[in-house]
Amino acid sequence: MKPEVHVALKHPGINLGSSDRKTDVAAESPVFGFWVFLMSDAVIFALLFAVYGVMMHAVAGGPTPHDLFEIKSSFLETLILLTSSFTFGMASLTMKYSADNRRRLLGWFALTLILGVVFLAFELHDFSSMAAKGGVPQRSGFLSAFFALVSTHGLHVASGSIWLVVMMVQVVVFGVDPVVKTRIMRLGLFWHFLDIIWVGIFSVVYLQGLI
Amino acid sequence: MMDQQAQYAKERRSYLVGFLLALGLSVVSFALVAAKLLPADYLLTGVFVLGFVQLLVHFRFFLHINFSKSKRDDLDLLLFSTLIIVLMAGGTLVVLFNLHHRMT
Repeated sequence: MKPEVHVALKHPGINLGSSDRKTDVAAESPVFGFWVFLMSDAVIFALLFAVYGVMMHAVAGGPTPHDLFEIKSSFLETLILLTSSFTFGMASLTMKYSADNRRRLLGWFALTLILGVVFLAFELHDFSSMAAKGGVPQRSGFLSAFFALVSTHGLHVASGSIWLVVMMVQVVVFGVDPVVKTRIMRLGLFWHFLDIIWVGIFSVVYLQGLI
Repeated sequence: MMDQQAQYAKERRSYLVGFLLALGLSVVSFALVAAKLLPADYLLTGVFVLGFVQLLVHFRFFLHINFSKSKRDDLDLLLFSTLIIVLMAGGTLVVLFNLHHRMT
């Protein structure tokens, strides 16, 4: 009888590799499936970007991007989200190399969660100061497209934050077992993906609008 | 095979490098626009090029996408999605700007 050989195909995203070979193999198809979801999500965002590109100049006599956008607050949001991507990376590495150190894992998660919530607070502040200047979604094609795109991203960050809370609870209740590990891996992909979308938003929406 | 400790250090360094690269690209992008260092046309091109490079940095260092053979299936998925995105988003922009051009 031949010995069973697991050829561990590497999936995109962090691979557990030799630190936990069994979970690494088991994670393969859930992670690939999650990539299929992320890519269809990417198509949604791409089309919202396309709509924004078409509607950008359709201000209908209302406020323009110059009147509404603040470079300082979009820069801060960029820094916050980028840092949260890094702290999630550190959480992934903690999970991979010292899974028994729950406190450190929860610490990185908490930091990521705080950054996510602060990002959302800044975004809501932006929206309300835009509304105060007459920049509401129903004002023009530009504003409808803007709110459709940016708040879809904001909703993703909000659901990511809820997911983070759920994973923190699972780490406490179940420990860092194989199932929890593959869930954390997928949440990681989701979180890094949201940061990538944000790169598109600050380049295409905020910086282009302010030029 | 590397021992765990060395591998951990290597991966942590990779995240750090990605973070610093992405940070640098973002800062340059915002600084260009804030200081209006270039004429508007060049500025826009600059911002888009920097944004695209940052996209690649994120994919490489945070999502660990690369061109190694064992990841070919996933790369196929990514490239196919990119094709769909280019066709749908690019097509929308081309068709609508063309219409806009004809109507003015």
